[in-house]
Amino acid sequence: MCLAVPGRVMEIEERDGARMAVVDFGGVVKEVCLEYLPDLRVGEYAIVHVGFALQRLDEESARRTLELFAELGLLQEEFGDPWEAAAAAAAIANAEVQG
Amino acid sequence: MKYLEEFQNPELARGLLEDIRATVTRPWAVMEVCGGQTHTIIRHGIDQLLPDGIELIHGPGCPVCVTPLEVIDKAMEIAGRPGVIFCSFGDMLRVPGTDRDLFRVRGEGGDVRVVYSPLDALRIARENPQREVVFFGIGFETTAPPNAMTVHQARKQGITNFSMLVSHVLVPPAIEAIMTSPDCRVQGFLAAGHVCSVMGTEEYPQLAERHRVPIVVTGFEPLDILEGIRRTVRQLERGEHTVENAYQRAVRPEGNPAARAMLADVFEVTDRAWRGIGVIPRSGWRLSERYREYDAEHRFDVTGITTRESGLCRSGEVLQGLIKPNQCEAFGTTCTPRNPLGATMVSSEGACAAYYLYRRLAAPSAPSALEVSSVG
Ligand code: SF4
Repeated sequence: MCLAVPGRVMEIEERDGARMAVVDFGGVVKEVCLEYLPDLRVGEYAIVHVGFALQRLDEESARRTLELFAELGLLQEEFGDPWEAAAAAAAIANAEVQG
Repeated sequence: MKYLEEFQNPELARGLLEDIRATVTRPWAVMEVCGGQTHTIIRHGIDQLLPDGIELIHGPGCPVCVTPLEVIDKAMEIAGRPGVIFCSFGDMLRVPGTDRDLFRVRGEGGDVRVVYSPLDALRIARENPQREVVFFGIGFETTAPPNAMTVHQARKQGITNFSMLVSHVLVPPAIEAIMTSPDCRVQGFLAAGHVCSVMGTEEYPQLAERHRVPIVVTGFEPLDILEGIRRTVRQLERGEHTVENAYQRAVRPEGNPAARAMLADVFEVTDRAWRGIGVIPRSGWRLSERYREYDAEHRFDVTGITTRESGLCRSGEVLQGLIKPNQCEAFGTTCTPRNPLGATMVSSEGACAAYYLYRRLAAPSAPSALEVSSVG
C-alpha cells in the first residue's frame, strides 16, 4: 500500500468537480486524480499512489520502474484481489489449526 | 554474490558495492526508514552483500505495522455495525486486532469492502445515501494527501454519509524519537523517497544537524538503496552529517506544494501511539476542527474499547531495530503470514513478513547487534 507506481496519462477529464485521468500502469488501467499535479498532460508519466498522481517522473525512469515491479510481482500485489489473497491465507491457517 | 545477477543492472550494482567496500574502514549502523525499502533489501539480499560491519537496521516505516491496536479495534467495532459500509485498503484485512481482524468481521456479516483509492469509498457513499460509509485512513505522508483530498471532496460534493477513521503517522518525529531513545544505535538514515515526494526535504537539515546524523533521501529500487548506502557511508567515514537527495527523479526540495497546502487545511498535528512503540509526541495527523463532522470517531461512539496485545509478539523491538525478526521465538513457528501474531507479519512491507517471504528463517549468526555496537 505504501508503494507508489509510475503510470502514463492516457486521457484527462473533469469529473464531479475534480481533474481526473485514465492512467496506464503497464497494462493495468485505473482512474487517477490529478488535483495535486494539475498541469500533467496526456502522454506524461507520474508517480501514482492510491489513485492520486503525486509527482512527475521522466519516461525512462517510469518504464524502468514498471518493468521491475512487473518482474517482482508487485503490480499484482497492488492491483490484484486482496480478498482472494486473504481468503487463501485464512483457509490455510484454518486447515493448519484443524489438522 | 548469487543475488547480484538479479539486479536490473548487475554491473552498476557491482560498482556501487565495490565503492562501498573501498570506503568502509569501520562498522556502521544505517536505518532504512521505509518498509518498501526493507522489502527490497531482504528480497535482494542487499544486507548480505554489504561488507561486514555495515548493518542495516529496519525502521518503523510500514504504515500497516504501526497503526495502533486501539485504532484497529475501533475499525472493527465500526465495521461490525448494521448499516455501515466499511472501506479499507486491502493490506489492513488481516492485521490482528485484540481478538479478530477485518477479514473475520466480514465473515461475521459486516459489510467490509476493499478499495484501491479513498475516492472509491466516496463514490460508494454517493451510491448508497441511506448507509453510513466509513473509510479507514491510515498511512504516512504519502497516503495522507489522497485521504485529505477525499474529505475535501466529500464536503465540496455535499456528501454527508461519509466519514473517515484517521490514523496518519509522520516520519520526521519518528526519526527524532529514534535518535533520542537511550537504545539508539542508528548512525545514518535512508529517508523514505515517496514521503519526500510529497513533503520535500525541508524538515531534514535540522534533524541531521541536531543529531549529527547523515540523512540520504533514497528510492526503493535495489540500485537506489545501494546508492543511498554508498552516500551515507561516505558521509559517516568523513564525519559529515548533511542531507543528500539520491532520489532526484521523484523528489523536489519543496515536495508537492498543492498536496502540502491541502494537508495543512484538512489535518492538524497530534500525538500518536505507534503500535509496538508507544506514543511519539506530535507524530500524527487527525482531522482538523473544520472537518470534525467527517471524523468517524466523532460520528460513532467507540470509546471504552479495551485492547490486549499478544504477549509473544516482539514487533515493537523489530520496529525499533532492536532485534531482527528471526530472533523472535514465535517467528516462523506460531507466527506466520497465514496466522500472524503481530502486524509486522502481515504486510509485505513489514520486516517479519519480508524475512519470512525470503526465507530468512534462521536467527542471524553474523555479528550480533551488540557486537557491532561495541566495536563502533
Ligand atoms: S515474528 Fe510474529 S510474533 Fe514475532 S515479532 Fe514478528 S509479528 Fe511479532
